[in-house]
Amino acid sequence: MNRNVFLKAVLLAVFCSATAFSSISSAENNLSVEVELPRLDVAEYHKPYVALWLEDSNRKATQIALWYDLDMKEDEGKKWLKDIRQWWRRIGRKAEQPFDGLTSATKGPGKHVIAIDLSAKHLQGLPAGEYKLRIEASREVGGKEVVNIPLVLPVNASDYPLQAQGSSELGAVEVKLN
Amino acid sequence: MKISTPLKTLFTLGVALSLSFSANAHRAWVLPSSTSLSGEAPWVTFDAAVSNSLFVFEHVPLRMKGLMAQDPTGKLVEVANAHTGKYRSTFDLNLVTEGTYKVGYAMGGLRASWKDSEGKRKRWPARGKTANAADFAKEVPKDADSLKVSDSYRRIETYVTAGEPSNKVFEPTNKGLELVPETHPNDLFAGETAKFQFLFHGEAVAGVKLAIVKGGTRYRNDQKQIDVVTDAKGYANITWPEAGMYLIEAEYKDNKATAPATIRTGSYSATFAVFPE
Repeated sequence: MNRNVFLKAVLLAVFCSATAFSSISSAENNLSVEVELPRLDVAEYHKPYVALWLEDSNRKATQIALWYDLDMKEDEGKKWLKDIRQWWRRIGRKAEQPFDGLTSATKGPGKHVIAIDLSAKHLQGLPAGEYKLRIEASREVGGKEVVNIPLVLPVNASDYPLQAQGSSELGAVEVKLN
Repeated sequence: MKISTPLKTLFTLGVALSLSFSANAHRAWVLPSSTSLSGEAPWVTFDAAVSNSLFVFEHVPLRMKGLMAQDPTGKLVEVANAHTGKYRSTFDLNLVTEGTYKVGYAMGGLRASWKDSEGKRKRWPARGKTANAADFAKEVPKDADSLKVSDSYRRIETYVTAGEPSNKVFEPTNKGLELVPETHPNDLFAGETAKFQFLFHGEAVAGVKLAIVKGGTRYRNDQKQIDVVTDAKGYANITWPEAGMYLIEAEYKDNKATAPATIRTGSYSATFAVFPE
């Protein structure tokens, strides 16, 4: 192998891994949100539809996660997406579902963790400023609840962890810096 | 001249509704099962009736004749499973196109009333008949007692949206009293203020009187009617006190009619859903 080419390859490899390293390991870019879905003592329980999104002070919204019933035939589960009402108004009705990589099946009672990589393609361009992380749950034959957690971008490590508490359809919500 | 199909329909109907329209104390409405929908080609079912209580089937149905459904591109589409019962008509609509649909009735034109030689009240066009302006001179006696001639229009509408709300169906036809949304009627939330403009024959009009009442009147003593009047530019602002299904009734009248009419009147009513915050 030609020595120059080899050196170039080594340099390129080092350069690439350095770039990757800086974007992945930066703590300020990695949030984790723990969302608790309460166990409810009801006769007919269906796992709730849940949406998470970031909303700026002009109500411009950016999708973080969506849990809905993916398994119904002919994607019938989409019929009820409108019932995640605030999300539907801010994001859902404007876009094609599913959101690539952001959509998953509904989840039952317990604590669920959602990782937010702020350097991800759809989030990296968010301008600095005040935001709300909004978590909305809507349960079939049940209630609806929205929990809001104000946060600032770029993130300020001393603000974390951030916490909020739902009262009916959502339990504790905690945002941590990884 | 190319007249769009909805307009043609507008001018050729007026029959089916005359019954309900003469009973003026009542409220006429078209009530959708949902106004904001998701998923592939969702269905909405509607009730159409005339009643005192909102939204209760208790008096007479609105007939299917003259009912129009417009898709988000402005094209007229068919409704399915129509049935007229004792107190209401019902029908279904498949929202195959994303956007906002308009469903309802529109009619109007020259109207006259007078007393004949025996003091009996006469109407033109006669109940169940369509007004044809060309026949006015030969069918309405010019010097009849108490002759009143008006240019009168009426609309009963509701709107439903699949996916993102759109505005094509709100393009004015410039006939009668029409609502032009600043706030989309399928995007109303409690605590927020909606802004609508009213046009009569295509011109923004001041002094349109709006009466806004939330459904469920049967189960409360106070109607809780909200009264709003349009400003100089035809705008009305409505702040929704709470979530629910509302009936908006708007009335306009002026004396700018062209002969043989002496007054122009327009009424507009619509069913709007308001969601909780």
